[in-house]
Amino acid sequence: MKKGVNLEIALTHILSRKKQTLVASLGVTVGITAFVFLNSLILGFNRFFDGSIFKSMPHMRIYKDDEISKSLASKKDSASVNVVINPKILNKTKNLINPQVLVNEIKHQPDVVAAAQWVTVNLFYISGKSQLNGVASGANIHEADAMFDITSTMIEGDVQNLESVTNGILIGVGIAEKLNIRLNENLTVISSLGASKVMKVVGIFKTSNSITDKTKSYMNLAAAQQLLREGPSYVTDIYVNIKEPQKVTEYKPLFEKITGYKIEDWKEANETFVAAGKTRSVMMRSISAAILLVAAFGIYNILNMTIMQKLNDIAILKATGFSGKDVVKIFVGEAMIMGTFGTCIGLGIATILVNLVSHVYVGGDIGFFPIRFESSIMALGAFVGILVTTAAGFIPARNAAKVDPVEIFRK
Amino acid sequence: MKDSLVLQTNKIGKYFYDPVKFKVLDDISFDVKHGEFLSLVGKSGCGKSTLLYILSTMDTAYEGDLIIDGETLTGKKTDHLARVRNEKIGFVFQFHYLLPEFSCLKNVMIPALKLGKYSHEEVEHRAYQKLDILGIKDEALKPASKLSGGQQQRVAIARALINDPKIIMGDEPTGNLDSKNTQIVFEIFKRLTVEQNQTIVAVTHDNDFAKASDRTIEMLDGKIVNLNKQWD
Repeated sequence: MKKGVNLEIALTHILSRKKQTLVASLGVTVGITAFVFLNSLILGFNRFFDGSIFKSMPHMRIYKDDEISKSLASKKDSASVNVVINPKILNKTKNLINPQVLVNEIKHQPDVVAAAQWVTVNLFYISGKSQLNGVASGANIHEADAMFDITSTMIEGDVQNLESVTNGILIGVGIAEKLNIRLNENLTVISSLGASKVMKVVGIFKTSNSITDKTKSYMNLAAAQQLLREGPSYVTDIYVNIKEPQKVTEYKPLFEKITGYKIEDWKEANETFVAAGKTRSVMMRSISAAILLVAAFGIYNILNMTIMQKLNDIAILKATGFSGKDVVKIFVGEAMIMGTFGTCIGLGIATILVNLVSHVYVGGDIGFFPIRFESSIMALGAFVGILVTTAAGFIPARNAAKVDPVEIFRK
Repeated sequence: MKDSLVLQTNKIGKYFYDPVKFKVLDDISFDVKHGEFLSLVGKSGCGKSTLLYILSTMDTAYEGDLIIDGETLTGKKTDHLARVRNEKIGFVFQFHYLLPEFSCLKNVMIPALKLGKYSHEEVEHRAYQKLDILGIKDEALKPASKLSGGQQQRVAIARALINDPKIIMGDEPTGNLDSKNTQIVFEIFKRLTVEQNQTIVAVTHDNDFAKASDRTIEMLDGKIVNLNKQWD
């Protein structure tokens, strides 16, 4: 009942000055629209750039780290000093032991989306007199496709052809152009170890990255192993994708424990990129915060003005038994009503805007404008909007509560 | 009941500090009985309005004791005082201080809605009754700003009465009214003391008004000079 009368007074105040209310609310609307829009933009951008990273890089790479040789003579005690030490990288093979078992084990883990055995070969592509150096990935093409979605980048041929053609190769469009090679033609590859092999082009792909297109190729695991003069159990890396790439750091210890090998996650491998993403987020968040702050000042101003004009009303309310708390409730209530109203409209406009912009075609590898609409951003926007306006209303409301009715009546 | 005390003051004193320390009230002690119509008179600046605001509990910066309806209110928390004002004290000022955005009816209802003793419907019914007593029932739904001065003052009185307060305090309640409306307001006050056993404490400059009241306290330079002024 008591709340009812405070709210009733707040509502009457607001409705009796519709124009001012509208202006203040529109300030909030603009703030919330910008807030939601910019946050959607950040989310969209980050998803897009993460996606572009994961086209050529797994979430986690399991590999055997180089070992450094230990000194031959071990220290006798703390007083003695080793004079002759010459630590070097041990010339051990880099293959993982029992890779198939490891992959099966990893695939059974929850949250693992894809896992693949991987061999990377540095090689030359040769056709007639022309030659190009590049990198070939040897893998089970099913697993590789599941991980990097090679199919979506194919412009000629088919990923599946690699299965039936043991010496098949998928090459980037840049290689095909430079060597003047078309689908189903042959080219020779020579690895850095001197092994050469004639391969049949069963597919040509085009990614967003021209360097990749000029150097990269995919072949069967066995072909890559042959080029390295190794047997069928030779696998240097296992690539793993998980459900939520952002949480990769949390999974790292688990997989290190399972495999016993060193793990590099995508964040470590792309520190610059991750830092750039953070910078982008900070920038856009500060802009949206600044706009919100301006909106909050709008509410603050309007309420301050209202209170100045309503000193008599506040005095009589206090005289007739409204306490300071009631007065605060009345004016904070007004701020909240204006804030809620403005926030709701802001959320509506933001939804429309995000929808419109997400249908803008920018072409190239990006396609549609990378903006993401998510309900969590909406919820955050609503929460922040109402919180900020309430806080903005609280300061003038507290001043109103301090109005001394005696001073007003004596004038 | 008629003779029991509703308001007591015990050696109330008050200072003003601006521009210099100045004792505006000194040793004010008096009692008011239930159903009494008391008027406070004195020259401008004698402190009678200041005293009224102390009695009203709105001004808490004073020394001495204030007892209303048997409860010592000196030193109580402001929220509690607000509650006491809401329940036991009604105010009528020289100016009506009605809330301009609200209808007359709502203006009258607001203190009762705040009290929360009756349901919304009951409060509305009671507000109509009060407006009826004051002869302005027909104006109930008009905005407060659309009424004449005399009518507005009567709405303000209806607002003061809505919670059936023990004491009605008036600061020049007729100061802004013509003689006809002054007469009406006086009649209403008189009737309240007789019929409802409510107490009136009114500061006034109007000697005719004061003469017609039950008792008149005269003040001079912050002191009571006459607890029951006899008119010639």
